[in-house]
Amino acid sequence: MEEQSLGQRLHIDFPLFFGILVLCIIGLVVIYSAGGQDMNLVYRQAVKLLIALVGMIIIAQLPPAEIARWSFGLYLFGIVLLILVIFYGDVGKGAQRWLDLKIFRFQPSELMKLSVPMMVAFYLADKSLPPRFTRVIAVCVLIAIPVLLIAKQPDLGTALLVAAAGFSVLFIAGISWRFLIIMGGLGAAGAPVLWYLMHDYQKRRVLTFLNPENDPLGAGYHTIQSKIAIGSGGFYGKGWLNGTQSHLEFLPERSTDFIFAVFCEEFGMLGVLFILCIYLFIISRGLYIAINAQDTFGQLLASGLTLTFFVYIFVNMGMVTGQLPVVGVPLPLVSHGGTSMVTLMIGFGIIMAIHTHRRFLSF
Amino acid sequence: MAKEFTLKDQDHESSLIARRVYISAFIILMLITMIISRIFYLTVLQHDHYSTLSKSNRVKITPIPPIRGLIYSRDGVILAENKPTFSLGVIPEQIEDIDETIAQLKKIVSIEESDVERFKKAVKKKRRFENIPLRLNLDKEEVALFAVNRHRFPGVDVVAGLNRYYPLGKKLVHTIGYVARIDDDDVKRLDESNYSGTTHIGKLGIEKSYESLLHGNVGHQQVEVNAQGRVIRVLDRTAPKPGENIHLTIDLSLQQIAIDALENRRGAIVAMDPRNGDVLTFVSSPGYDPNKFVNGIDSKSYNLLLASKDKPLINRVIQGKYPPGSTVKPFMGLIGLENGVRVNSDESWCPGWFSLKGHEHRYRDWKKQGHGHTDLHKAIMQSCDVYFYTLAYELGIDRIFQGMSRFGFGQITGIDIGGEKKALMPSREWKREAIGQAWYPGETLILGIGQGYALVTPLQLAKATATLANKGHIIRPRLVSSTSNSITNEVNALPSHSENKITLSSGAYWDDVITSMKDVVHGIGGTAWRSGLNAEYNFAGKTGTAQVIGIAQDKEYKKEEIAEEFQDHALFIAFAPVEAPRIAIAIIVENGGGGSKTAAPIARKMFDHFMNNRDLISKG
Repeated sequence: MEEQSLGQRLHIDFPLFFGILVLCIIGLVVIYSAGGQDMNLVYRQAVKLLIALVGMIIIAQLPPAEIARWSFGLYLFGIVLLILVIFYGDVGKGAQRWLDLKIFRFQPSELMKLSVPMMVAFYLADKSLPPRFTRVIAVCVLIAIPVLLIAKQPDLGTALLVAAAGFSVLFIAGISWRFLIIMGGLGAAGAPVLWYLMHDYQKRRVLTFLNPENDPLGAGYHTIQSKIAIGSGGFYGKGWLNGTQSHLEFLPERSTDFIFAVFCEEFGMLGVLFILCIYLFIISRGLYIAINAQDTFGQLLASGLTLTFFVYIFVNMGMVTGQLPVVGVPLPLVSHGGTSMVTLMIGFGIIMAIHTHRRFLSF
Repeated sequence: MAKEFTLKDQDHESSLIARRVYISAFIILMLITMIISRIFYLTVLQHDHYSTLSKSNRVKITPIPPIRGLIYSRDGVILAENKPTFSLGVIPEQIEDIDETIAQLKKIVSIEESDVERFKKAVKKKRRFENIPLRLNLDKEEVALFAVNRHRFPGVDVVAGLNRYYPLGKKLVHTIGYVARIDDDDVKRLDESNYSGTTHIGKLGIEKSYESLLHGNVGHQQVEVNAQGRVIRVLDRTAPKPGENIHLTIDLSLQQIAIDALENRRGAIVAMDPRNGDVLTFVSSPGYDPNKFVNGIDSKSYNLLLASKDKPLINRVIQGKYPPGSTVKPFMGLIGLENGVRVNSDESWCPGWFSLKGHEHRYRDWKKQGHGHTDLHKAIMQSCDVYFYTLAYELGIDRIFQGMSRFGFGQITGIDIGGEKKALMPSREWKREAIGQAWYPGETLILGIGQGYALVTPLQLAKATATLANKGHIIRPRLVSSTSNSITNEVNALPSHSENKITLSSGAYWDDVITSMKDVVHGIGGTAWRSGLNAEYNFAGKTGTAQVIGIAQDKEYKKEEIAEEFQDHALFIAFAPVEAPRIAIAIIVENGGGGSKTAAPIARKMFDHFMNNRDLISKG
């Protein structure tokens, strides 16, 4: 066995770690501004960040084979929790999402963001690829169970992200284009059914997305104010701590889901280009790790998690810039909030584990 | 079915996965390009649009209402002021349970059900962080009581403000009027930007007619607000220009005498300076409390005022229409002289009644046994009706109408408050148009003694008296002599307005009539001789007794038999001193009986005061 690098010994991928750290720092800086220069908010976020980073490093120590072994159990455990939520969950913002574990409140749907791609990758890893039709159906069922449970809470945003995570793995596994097109067609046909099943507020969000100016003070308010924030920022931005849209509280959810609008207002197009470069760097590193993973499970999971990471970014930015309906998706690694941060970091921990536990035969 | 074995082809699968990863990367790049172009569109192409939106989001212009000018009497007493008031303001946003808070507050200050109702209505209209008054006009005790308990009521506070207050209340309500909350009608005619922060507007009297001066000009401040509309900081400020102070011509002490004289009576008293038109006294009785109107009178009190048979809401001075009665006689006399119908010494025989040739109807004199031989002097002094029946008959309606009109009868006086009535000086044309009938000679006769169709307002009578005192020089009555800047105290005197002068063919005619009027009070047998007794100065007057109901031919007017509201109106016009008149007066006491008995003594009292305090009064 050849001499191991420091990263390999610590099981940390330094490029990835560096990218994540830059984003987290950007996040703290913007949170300070968006939260009305409240240092407490920044401290609290920093603590969550540290916990999440420690979590990432711990997970990175696990050999991928171990992670694969856990996949099925974790998946089942998640499903059970989701069912428990239906009966015992705490209600918040018109949805039942949380389990009160006394010490902290836990959102089982967050767990599914990781365990679904793990399960799919685990299931497909020892099958021949591209997967046959029956297996694709099996994977669809694996994905559909948690997605439907989450959608029922209702938490459409997370449900879509969980579905995206599962299908990312399926896509990487080489699912045929024909199948994708059929699924796309089915989805389009199923849209009216979905509409029928949606809650009022969800319908309103979709309608508002289609025409935000219809209801500028009600449901369209988020989007309109967010666009004003971004547009008024201009190319160079209004400068840090100078965003009027956020400081005067026109912008809702400014340290969480709409933090990107605050960022755009204060740092402008220039800032956007910078932050997109960092995101692209992380994504390309993740995909590089995926390609270079030593087994199929590692390849599928690393690329699936990386793609999911991008989906987060895209959905959040699309929502904030008024191109997608308002769904509660935070900007990964930047938005304030502990739960999504921990989930993401664990995801990166898995990616690092896949990369740093590679064994090289020495000839 | 045989179990199918598929060997995993690691190399093949790796390249399949790699291919898919590259495809993904390509899609990701495309989507990121999409995001970038969207951001480019918003931040660069649409930057100006959103910049404007962002600015209008945060910068609001709020008006600063000017402080309303004060109103002073001639002697410098404040008549309308801006009184600091304290109200209990509630910010709904900061209160968890409003009903509970109100219940607790009720234990400290009295809060009526109507207060709560008004408050709840306002809560729905205003924004959550705005301070909404729950109770207005707290007294000092309540303010103190609340201050002690304040810690128990977060979100509730005592709010200071300015409230228009009329310290003399009903004494001057018909002169000053009042301000009240701006209503929809006001909004239609006022300059909206100048009134953007103003809540009250002059509704009546001086407050209304001098509104533009009293109000001042609005100031503005540019403020930065947050999404809830709360003011974060002031960016720019233009101070408001406070309204001008107004100085009335009203002499309070004289006003008070007139008010006391009309205590518990209906009537009107006007006194003016014939030299410049300054209205010294302006009383319409009864009055009412204007302070009740400032923040909206409750409908019960208002209906009470409306329904009162004393009609306190009518401004009798300018809106009361009364038969002038014998007060027209001096003017009729002048018209007779000027038209050459009579000379001063021409006599009529008064047997106690007058009949038109070929008619049975007897037009009675107030003195049953008659005045005997009567010339103009005696006719005015003793108020002989028959003389003026004859005179009127000889003059005819056209010349009477023309002559009386010159003295302003049937015309508005042009005083500087609104709502004035023209009353009525009848003419042939008027009767044809209004009643559709020809003029009858009998109507001319009774016009000669101020009965029939003729109606005057007390102010018209006062203006005509002043004209007489001025020997034809007509001056427009006015209530405001000057304004002053409320910051610099710089006084701006307003000019008095002279109108046309009545020139008679002989100046002696004036003296003939004025001498007769002097003898009404100072001569032996003058109708108001009691009122002239022992006066240290000479004054001239004319009594009047106006019939409210017609008395049948065979009946006599017996006061005891007639209900109060049908009793005669008592009138008196006068001016003093005769030699150089400085005050002219018109008094009407509704259902007061005879002018000599009821009205003339009031004039004497006022003259006495005026003449004894001439320095004080002319100071102005």
